Amino acid sequence: MFDFLSDYDDPSLLGAFWVTLQLTFFSAIGSLVWGTLLAAMRVSPVPLMRGFGTAYVNIVRNIPLTVIIVFTSLGLADIFGMTMGAPDDFEAQGFRLAILGLVGYTAAFVCEALRSGINTVPVGQAEAARALGLSFRQVLSLIVLPQAFRSVIGPLANVLIALTKNTTVAATIGVAEAALLMKEMIENEAQTLLIGAIFAFGFVVLTLPTGLILGWLSKRLAVKR
Amino acid sequence: MTSVLYDAPGPKAKRRNVIFSIVFFVLLALLGWWVWTVMDDKGQLEWALWEPFFTESEAWTTYLLPGLADTLKAAALAMIIALPLGAVFGIARMSDHRWVRIPAGAVVEFFRAIPVLLLMLFANEFFARSTDVSSAERPMYAVITGLVLYNASVLAEIVKAGILALPKGQTEAAKAIGLRKGQTMTSVLLPQAVTAMLPAIVSQLVVIVKDTALGGVMLGFTELLNARGTLAANYANVIPSFIVVAVIYIIVNFILTSFASWLEGRLRRSKRSTGAVLGAEDMEELNPAAVGGSFGTGGEGGGPGGFGGFTYPPKK
Repeated sequence: MFDFLSDYDDPSLLGAFWVTLQLTFFSAIGSLVWGTLLAAMRVSPVPLMRGFGTAYVNIVRNIPLTVIIVFTSLGLADIFGMTMGAPDDFEAQGFRLAILGLVGYTAAFVCEALRSGINTVPVGQAEAARALGLSFRQVLSLIVLPQAFRSVIGPLANVLIALTKNTTVAATIGVAEAALLMKEMIENEAQTLLIGAIFAFGFVVLTLPTGLILGWLSKRLAVKR
Repeated sequence: MTSVLYDAPGPKAKRRNVIFSIVFFVLLALLGWWVWTVMDDKGQLEWALWEPFFTESEAWTTYLLPGLADTLKAAALAMIIALPLGAVFGIARMSDHRWVRIPAGAVVEFFRAIPVLLLMLFANEFFARSTDVSSAERPMYAVITGLVLYNASVLAEIVKAGILALPKGQTEAAKAIGLRKGQTMTSVLLPQAVTAMLPAIVSQLVVIVKDTALGGVMLGFTELLNARGTLAANYANVIPSFIVVAVIYIIVNFILTSFASWLEGRLRRSKRSTGAVLGAEDMEELNPAAVGGSFGTGGEGGGPGGFGGFTYPPKK
């Protein structure tokens, strides 16, 4: 029943899911960093940065991820010549471009989650910090963001789960991850239902534990008020 | 809110802010200049590539408008089919009978955990093998099937949240005048829940509109992104066509988002409602979103409302 799986070894089933995992991992780190920077810009005292952050979030959120990912390949790589440090290796290039697109898109949602988290920090906390003479940067990095992060683990976990599922869009530019392999298998093999079930199971395995673990963590780490 | 983090700027802070503004502006300008020169080098700025959008109606009538029509058609159909389905599953999840509640919960959780793209690919192949849907129609069917399966389960959560958000007195009053469970649900709770859910439902439309783009690349569904491909093949205007298509998406989704928040504000103010309103912000914790994501669609609020607890998967 499962013997057709051995016909696929580049990538194999596990290999494809490994690529999915890698995409998720690197995009998660990238979007966390970029999203935090965007959130800092959105609450900063400099009007120009605030404007940029707001514009970025509202524009990027309203464009389909598919458009962004396809653009990284047809626009950034072909027209702007961004080879991502791999001019000849198209596989690595596609992988990195997909991460770039995912980071650019997901960061907007990370930023919004963080900003909501900043709103949950009581005003008195920031006021007390300012009364001690801390600067904006210190207030943000020492007092507000640590509390905000702990209160947004839940929403960030949702972003991470969405990101895991969103990595399938990388298939549109030919990154050999789970969705692309499923497309190939499902077209060549007769066992549509079985293949669908295998890949569905793979994603359930990837997303359910993330939700459970981070859900538990968000309850444990929530700032008790 | 932002003013909590910093005082009204004094002379020194004002000076510093000006410096930051200038540095940031220079960085942005450098980026813009780089983009401009590259586009100039590659000839993407030539008027001939932009002209079709402004002077020739053909670019719109042959490519973009039919593409947009397909996008909106698929999104609207998916929504219309997913709504009643979502309502049924949402109510089933709250059933008193375990044999109804548990299967419904399993179905909803299952379809929320799977990427929409997989559902679409599967549906496409399923239609090809087991039905006689013509191959021209198949991508449309597949896209709508994928969207319906995913969004019905998201809507099921919205319906559930909408009913739970109603004041308890509503159920109690219905019981007091002797309504049965079914009657309570259909004539008291559901109508009010639907009103409360409207803003959340409208913002879910943004996710659906964005997800249709998947069908364009992977299944050959002739929606907006796909239309961009044919357009660019005809006029060789890669960057301009991307920009125009992105702007169309932004406008459509911005209209939906604004409508949702207008609706939310209106419902919150309305005296006749029970006061239960689910906005996009309230729903974000329930909505891990497929491709697209709808973590709060705009608005400056972003209050602490949606962060009571983590509910993925929701507590049974």
